This record gives sequence, C-alpha cells and structure tokens, in this order.
Amino acid sequence: MAIRQCAIYGKGGIGKSTTTQNLVAGLAAEGKKIMIIGCDPKADSTRLILHAKAQNTIMEMAAAAGTVEDLELDEVLKVGYGGIRCVESGGPEPGVGCAGRGVITAINFLEEEGAYEEDLDFVFYDVLGDVVCGGFAMPIRENKAQEIYIVVSGEMMAMYAANNIAKGICKYATSGKVRLAGLICNSRKTDKEAELIEALADRMGTQMIHFVPRDNVVQRAEIRRMTVIEYDPKAKQADEYRTLARKIVENKKFVIPKPLTMDELEDLLMEFGILDEEDESIVGKTAEAEAALAAA
Amino acid sequence: MSMNRQETEQLIQEVLQVYPEATGKQRAKHLMANDPTLEKSNKCIVANKKALPGVMTARGCAYAGAKGVVWGPIKDVVNISHGPVGCGQFSRAGRRNYVTGHSGVNVFADMNFTSDFQEKDVVFGGDKKLAKMIAEIDTLFPLAKGVTVQSECPIGLIGDDIEAVAKKSAKDIGKPVVPVRCEGFRGVSQSLGHHVANDSLRDWVLHNRDDDNSFESTPYDVAITGDYNIGGDAWSSRVLLEEMGLRVIAQWSGDGSIPEMQTTRHAKLNLLHCYRSMNYISRHLEEKYGIPYLEYNFFGPTQIAASLRKIAAFFDSTIQENAERVIARHQPMQDAIIAKYRPRLEGKRVMLFVGGLRPRHVIGAYEDLGMEIIGAGYEFAHNDDYDRTFKELQDGALIYDDATSFELESFVERLKPDLIGSGIKEKYVFHKMGIPFRQMHSWDYSGPYHGYDGFAIFARDMDMTINNPCWKKLQAPWKRAGAEALKSAA
Repeated sequence: MAIRQCAIYGKGGIGKSTTTQNLVAGLAAEGKKIMIIGCDPKADSTRLILHAKAQNTIMEMAAAAGTVEDLELDEVLKVGYGGIRCVESGGPEPGVGCAGRGVITAINFLEEEGAYEEDLDFVFYDVLGDVVCGGFAMPIRENKAQEIYIVVSGEMMAMYAANNIAKGICKYATSGKVRLAGLICNSRKTDKEAELIEALADRMGTQMIHFVPRDNVVQRAEIRRMTVIEYDPKAKQADEYRTLARKIVENKKFVIPKPLTMDELEDLLMEFGILDEEDESIVGKTAEAEAALAAA
Repeated sequence: MSMNRQETEQLIQEVLQVYPEATGKQRAKHLMANDPTLEKSNKCIVANKKALPGVMTARGCAYAGAKGVVWGPIKDVVNISHGPVGCGQFSRAGRRNYVTGHSGVNVFADMNFTSDFQEKDVVFGGDKKLAKMIAEIDTLFPLAKGVTVQSECPIGLIGDDIEAVAKKSAKDIGKPVVPVRCEGFRGVSQSLGHHVANDSLRDWVLHNRDDDNSFESTPYDVAITGDYNIGGDAWSSRVLLEEMGLRVIAQWSGDGSIPEMQTTRHAKLNLLHCYRSMNYISRHLEEKYGIPYLEYNFFGPTQIAASLRKIAAFFDSTIQENAERVIARHQPMQDAIIAKYRPRLEGKRVMLFVGGLRPRHVIGAYEDLGMEIIGAGYEFAHNDDYDRTFKELQDGALIYDDATSFELESFVERLKPDLIGSGIKEKYVFHKMGIPFRQMHSWDYSGPYHGYDGFAIFARDMDMTINNPCWKKLQAPWKRAGAEALKSAA
C-alpha cells in the first residue's frame, strides 16, 4: 500500500508537536511504520519519541558538513519509540536567514536519499504555525502530504488560524491532490468547545475528527520527554490518542475545504457567544472621547 | 534617406501590430518620432518602466548598475559580490574600465571576490560569513582602501543585516566598509543600481575626511564624474583639461580611488559626463559642498570645442585663453581626420541603442564625419534623458525606449541603416543580417573615444567597420547576379 502522508498545521502553541507525537505513538503501538519530519526551526517535533532534548537537524548537520550533498541519511535519521523514524529539518535562529528554504532543502534531501521507504505506512509532517511562505507549504506540494489535519481549539485566534490554513490548502488543492482531512480539537476547556469546533468543521466542509480533552498527564509525560502512550499506556488520555490514531487510519473524508469569509467566521463566533455583536458606533473612539460622551 | 515624422509614426504603428492589444498599447508609449522643438518629454514618451512579460529586453539589473558600472571601476577597493557565485563571475572584467597601478597593491578591480553563497548560508544567514570574509580580505590585502558589499538577490530576500556587519567591520579594520543594497530584483533596470551606488558613496565614503583640511587645493581644481574610463576615455579627457590649465583632482569612477572621492569636495567645478549614472552624486556635491556641476560632451571635435569653452567660461580669462589655444592646436589634426574619413562615411545612416547617455552624446561625433542618426534609443534612460535628446536628433528620427529585440530588428529591417551602434547582445544578430555593427558600450575592444585623441580612433573604427570588404562577401558566389552567365561561360 502506498505511504499515507499527513501534514499537521495549526496556530503556534496550539499543541501540534505534542498531539502529533502522541498520535504517532498510538499508531506505532498498533504496529504501523511511521516517519515524522519536523518542519520547524525550533526542532521540537521528535523529542518525545527520541527522549532527546533536541535532535540534530538536517540543516545543522549540512552546515557542519559543508553542504547538504555531503550529508548521509543515517546521520540525521534517528529511530525512537515504536520504531518511529525521526528527522528534523531545522533552521536558523529567529531573525536571521531563511527558515522556509531550510524546509525545502531538507525535504529535497530526504527524497533524494530515499528516506521515504516503501515499508512505511505513514509520514507525518509537523509544520510551523502559519504557512508564512512557500517553504512552509513544501510539505503539501505535489507528491508530498495529501492529508492535512489542523489542530485547533475553541479560542478565537486558533480558529482564525485554522481558517487561514484552509485558504492555503485551497490553493494547493486545485493544482494537486492535497485535501483537508479534519480538525483535531486540542481542548483548552473553553465554553461549548466541542460544539463550536464541530460547527466550524461543518461550515468548512470537513469534520472534527476527534476532541482531545485536556489532561495533566500530558505534561507529566513531557517532563520525562515521553508521550503519554509510552509513559502511562493505561491512562485515559492514552486511550484518547489511540482513538484519534484509529480514526485517522479509518478516515475517508478528504475534502477541498470551503474556508469561511471573515464575516461568516465572526457570525459563527457571535452565535457561540465568543464575540460580541459589533457596535459600529465605538469604532475608532478613544477612552477619553467615550468618557466625554458619557459625561454629556 | 530619412523619414519625416508621419512616416516614422506609421512605421511604429506597423511594428506594433504584431503585439497583443494590451502589450501594443503599453509599448506604443515608448516609441515616437522626434520633434526637436520639444522641451519636455514626459507627455510624449514613457521611460524607466518595467519591461513587459514575453518581450526580450536588453536591460540588466540593479546589481549590474551598482557593482558593474559605478563601483567596479574604483581601483583601490575590494568589491565583494555577496551571494551565489554567478553574479560576480559573469560580471567580471567585461567592461574595459582601465586602471593604472599594480594588482594586489593598489589595484583590486582586476580580481573577483564573492561570498559564494550555499544553501546553508541562505538558511542560516550570511552575516557571519561576510564579517569573516571582510577580516580575511583585510589580512590578505592590507593596502586596499575599503571594502564594498554588493548585495545579490538572496541577501535581500532573507533579510541579512549587511549594514550592521559593515558598521562593525569598518571599525574592526579601520576602513570604509560599504553596504550596497543593489539586489537585482529592485527597480526596473540597472538604473536603480546607479542610484543605489551613488547613495552608498554619499552615505559611507564621501564625508569621511571632511574634518581633514590637509589637502592643498587650487582655484583650478575640477572633478570628472560619470566617466568610467572605458578603453581609456577618462585619460584622453583629462589631458585636455590639464592642457587648459585645470587640475583634475578626482575621477568618478574610472581609474578612480577612495582618497580622490574623499577630496572631491575641494573641486571648484564638477564636470559631469554620464548624467544618467552620476547626476545623483553631482546634485549632492552641489547641495552639500556648493560645487556646481556642468554637463559636457567630449565626443567629436564640434562638441569637444563647445564643451571646452563652456568649462572655461566658468574660470578666469587665462583659462579661457588656454581653452582657445587647446582648440586651435588640435583643430588642424581634427580637420585632417575629417578630411580623411568624411568622404568614406558621408551620408551613412546610423541607428543607436545604448544605455542612458551615449545615444545622444555621440551624435555630434557622427555628424562631424558627415553621418546621419536616423534612430536612437536607450535601454534605461529616464525622462530627463529624453528632454536632452530631442534637440540633438533630426526631425522625424525614430526614438525607442527599452526597445525589445523584436522592435529593434523590425526597425532595422525597414530602415536598413549603414551602421548600428549597440551592445554585445545585439551585435551578432545584426552581423547575421549583414549590417555593419559597433559595440557602443565597450567600444568593441577599441577606444578611447572621448577627447580629441579618441575621435581619431572613433573615425577609424567607424570607417573600418562600414567599409570593411566582408559585407560584400555575404552572398554566396552562385547566388550573385550574373552567376548563371558565369556558369554557362565555363
């Protein structure tokens, strides 16, 4: 069977890397063969699998070796929990260089070096928050990830980001086979969160594939640089990740998303009481002006 | 036989026919028939606009304008082509801007320096590599008077802070380090590169010795700007100025040096040859140091004499008398040159397509030889260049701005000139069409063309090109008229 390639996107800090690694550990526990490709200069996409602080990245090693052509695959591909193969693209410190080019270079290198071995069931790309430039869209170009999962929560900015990512998918969906495969709700315990994300998914033409509740065991496992699956397989949270994993294996709902317009998104947020009805009369009024108005 | 305005307009319309409607509409604004009575060009021609997709333009980029044109000829600085290797390598040593001195001692213009960007430099940024490179250059070439960082495209894309590196490195090595933001994607042609380079000289070099008054100036100090010493042009120009009693204290930038640039402020008059590429620094010299600038033209005896008188008029009667003496001394030789070549060149029709100055500046030299300019155009001129062009050209002459290769070839096919003066990209196309051609960027490995000495060479070159016997041999013997008769006789 062909390798299923999935990319995980979502707002920065939403829990993409944690969710991805737990979910991948869940898949590995079922005997699936998987590779994780971290596409973020922070290089924290594989630490829970490798029990490492940070993996040596492709770009770091390439810089040390001289050029990327001087690099061998086994120098950058590490195997961790459940036989999961891990690579990190790596990239520059914040504020210098071009992280996007780093992702492009790293993925080209993996392809040329034959990292996408035929015995793999899944490849997961864990990608930086926003699709800020062409480099971070590399994982969803032709012949790469065809399923995209967006990690989201009931917070307003997370949903804005999810909707923006859906717009990016549309661009590549029309030229290739990339499809939105679902929203993963990583709960922040906001009001009516599951219903809200279900509604958002519905409007976007996709599904909320799973609602991952909040549980401190995730943090306890992280301190030990482990996934919950490995740290405490009997924990209720481990069941949640295994359920998510099973749903992804069985997932057949791949769609070209219908991103919401700004107005539609705001209407939805108002419907759920997250956003107040807009009051045009207060736009551009300073506190001083409002006070003067109130006094009059 | 030249065309009148109406015929020229009609030719333009016919050539535009081939374009899609939108392209034709845009290109129409860049083509016109000359009217010498016009003062302002902005209502009749559009210039300095982005070339259209799908056409073949002859233009270069901002890096070409900054590194190649303005900074390249300055002999005592090390110019780093900062970025991947190609820009530096393919812009190397092609321009024929001559210098005196010794390589590696006081001349570095003959060497090629590049930071040779690799993927890792793009991803992680190139600032550290640049700083290291500048330090190494200072160790290897301690006599260099400064270092410039000529920024290639990737530098601008990844946001490297070359200004910060330049400031720190300048302090470390105790010499000017000049960041030049000439990324090739900026602007519409090399013209922006000229401007960027002028500004970088203004901001990082010019004022560095403003508090040093050890330079002993004279009332006759002048600077030459906008002369790149192509084939020795600046040398054959300065001898005339010196002969009339002036002292040339700086050459911008052909055979120029950093100390000269820093003492330019002592000049009494700034002589500006290439207005397009150095009007920026000239304006600054005038505004900041009160040095007026004067545009002059050293192509052909008529323009030279007029320019010498114009320059002399700025000074006292001694200089003015000297100027007359210089003209009088050279005139017989010039007359002899004209007597020799004019009969061979009289009435020959010329089309020109060069950068931003020469299409108007060389007209006088051709006219001194009895030749006629029937079409002229610029690769990267602005409207102020066209303002200066109309009165130099005859009524009805064809003017083309940023001509596409299709337009230029079509015009040549229709006008059948006796000579084309343009660049290397055009040369072989027109050779294959059987039309005599001179490169007017590099003087076709000849020169100088400036000054009285230059005119002798110019006249000889035009004659040996136009009257070269090869043009009569282009048709195979069996295709010539009368070939059949020859065959039957045999």
